[in-house]
Amino acid sequence: MFEQLENRLSEALRKVKGLSQLTDANMADALREVRQALLEADVSLDVVKTFIEKVKAESKGAAVLKSLSPGQQIIKIVYDELVNLLGGQKAGITMAPKGPTVILMAGLQGSGKTTSTAKLALHLQKEGYRPLLVSADVYRPAAREQLTVLGNQLAIPVCHPADTNDPLAICRKALAAMKGENANVLLVDTAGRLQVDEDLMVELEKIKKEINPAEILFVADAMMGRQAADIAHTFHQRVGITGVVLTKLDGDARGGAALSIKSVAGAPVKFCGVGEKPEQFEVFHPDRMASRILGMGDVLSLIEKAQEAADEEEAKKLERKMSAGDFDLNDFLKQLAMVKKMGPIDQLMGMIPGVKIPKGASLDNGELGRIEAIINSMTKEERRNYTIINGSRKERIAEGSGTEINDVNRLLKQFAQMKKVMKNFKKGGGMFNMPAGPGMFGR
Amino acid sequence: MDFFSRLKKGLGKTTELLAGKLVSITTGRLHLDDDLLEEIEDALIVADLGIATATGLIASLRAAVKKKEITKPDEVRPFLRKRIQEIINVPYTGTMAGAPHVILMIGVNGAGKTTTIGKLASRFAGEGKSVMVAAGDTFRAAAIEQLAEWSKRAGCEIIRHQAGADPSAVAFDAMKAAIARNKDVVIVDTAGRLHTRTNLMEELKKVRRIIARELEGAPHETLLVVDGTTGQNASAQVREFNVNIPLTGIVITKLDGTAKGGALIGIVNETKIPVRYIGVGESAEDLQPFDAAAFAEALL
Repeated sequence: MFEQLENRLSEALRKVKGLSQLTDANMADALREVRQALLEADVSLDVVKTFIEKVKAESKGAAVLKSLSPGQQIIKIVYDELVNLLGGQKAGITMAPKGPTVILMAGLQGSGKTTSTAKLALHLQKEGYRPLLVSADVYRPAAREQLTVLGNQLAIPVCHPADTNDPLAICRKALAAMKGENANVLLVDTAGRLQVDEDLMVELEKIKKEINPAEILFVADAMMGRQAADIAHTFHQRVGITGVVLTKLDGDARGGAALSIKSVAGAPVKFCGVGEKPEQFEVFHPDRMASRILGMGDVLSLIEKAQEAADEEEAKKLERKMSAGDFDLNDFLKQLAMVKKMGPIDQLMGMIPGVKIPKGASLDNGELGRIEAIINSMTKEERRNYTIINGSRKERIAEGSGTEINDVNRLLKQFAQMKKVMKNFKKGGGMFNMPAGPGMFGR
Repeated sequence: MDFFSRLKKGLGKTTELLAGKLVSITTGRLHLDDDLLEEIEDALIVADLGIATATGLIASLRAAVKKKEITKPDEVRPFLRKRIQEIINVPYTGTMAGAPHVILMIGVNGAGKTTTIGKLASRFAGEGKSVMVAAGDTFRAAAIEQLAEWSKRAGCEIIRHQAGADPSAVAFDAMKAAIARNKDVVIVDTAGRLHTRTNLMEELKKVRRIIARELEGAPHETLLVVDGTTGQNASAQVREFNVNIPLTGIVITKLDGTAKGGALIGIVNETKIPVRYIGVGESAEDLQPFDAAAFAEALL
């Protein structure tokens, strides 16, 4: 995601990075590149103009920081402005001060409202809330069934009053059902609508009046073009949106939509969808997204993900072992299990600064499964000391794990390399300092 | 309302943005100078034609000015209209001769595949053809039920399996049934997938392979459904899908309401794949075969 934009911007900024002196001429050059990159990324023209003006003004008036070269300073200003453009601080869900919280989801057709509604409910459930789902989409065939199926899959209660086709009546019934379901958050999915569809926009206003939501989230497709900001703006004028859910960010969309929406509609991006699975849904961090766009990598997100998944004790133990140099294949297996818990490998790799995933490389969890199978087919002794694994042992391991001898060889070679690298960084540990060399997981 | 009025109404937003802007830029200007050309280029970019297409159009405009083919600012709009019509006029050459005629629908999530199939089925049924739809989206919750509802409305048969079933098995059964029952048209739905997902592309290839194995020459049409509100990413979608599954055409949906008619020009210019149908409204009649001349006329 954001990749093409990222490449353009880092190219432009690499040019200024080395500059020891900033002149009007080389500033203008760099800023023209930035402007072009933003335009190509579907950011609306007005937003681009304002952005460039701000960076220009900031650069002129900026106090010279001793620790930064002028080039670095420009990068910092562009970064700060990007963070601003993306919404400043990260913003979560605002719960109603008292009584149940109602969250209304709205947006265009096909933006991903129903999927996002279920994903958000799962997210809130993980945070300890008790969600109830309801769909007020009476127009798209089987839209209500879709939410019901998703709710059942996730074991989240769904209110599905089959006796009415009136969105307002459905909402009333759902509100009334909250007590019986012991729920404290109601998530209301609505029909997709174009901002120019007067009847449906009036309906949305009525729904809002009926349920008095604490949050109105506008669900936007990350691939949306320059119109994203205008559309969000119209929704905002009609019902007052409080936040944005940006969907389908796992594709290669340039993400201009995210950059425009905040500055035009005034509502921050709060969450993003990053895959087809229900748990592939994240809180949106403007600062991290900005560093990612600038090619600084999303190290913070990665660490947070790791903390969520990994047993910290276990991680510390592994760390000690790594720096002591007696890391064996058993430890490697444990480490793999943790990595697997963190999510799809290709997503994780994308967060590491400097790591670009080659197109078409299969960095999937299947590859991890293969590695696990190979190690599991080894004896205890072999796992402790891999150097004893000779030809006939390899044959047995390959057969036991359903792989080829080549696969076993490759794993052992990579493991040997890894051990060598580990010896070299006894200071400053942490499992993520492990260099993810090319071919580490890929084939 | 005839189709041209529907088109004109659906594209109203884009027309406003592009034609309106061009009129306001050129009105009262005496010379076709560089400043004016730059403003026109900005207008084209804002209308989402894409940088490459906008630059190309401006280059040909500049050349025409140099050769004195056009001399006055108010000739710009007719000139661009003609050029744009040339760009988007990539005709579809296939026929409906297949027995049955098989259409495979693919696209990213939420592009409008299932809805488009519903509208197409109604359209073919209205022409007196016997239609069968295949519920090949076994992944998204309730996608099968959604298509079933559409098939009921169109009065056509549906071949469906359980949720989670293998989509190529659905395609296989649909092909067998359609051939046995002498259907005129089969439309195969598939689950939405982002064009960057290599493994999901493989699944799609398999569906296509099965269809081709069951009937020579099938699928006669492979249509990529593109959401009209998509920005510059649309061309990437067309390219990536086309590399994996050769496309015969594109369907662009949701062209009403947003000023995105311009993106269509960029897509065709960059990919040279014909636009087969466009959707400019909610009703079944709002999905129509694409007509380059009418589109350019309605736009500028």
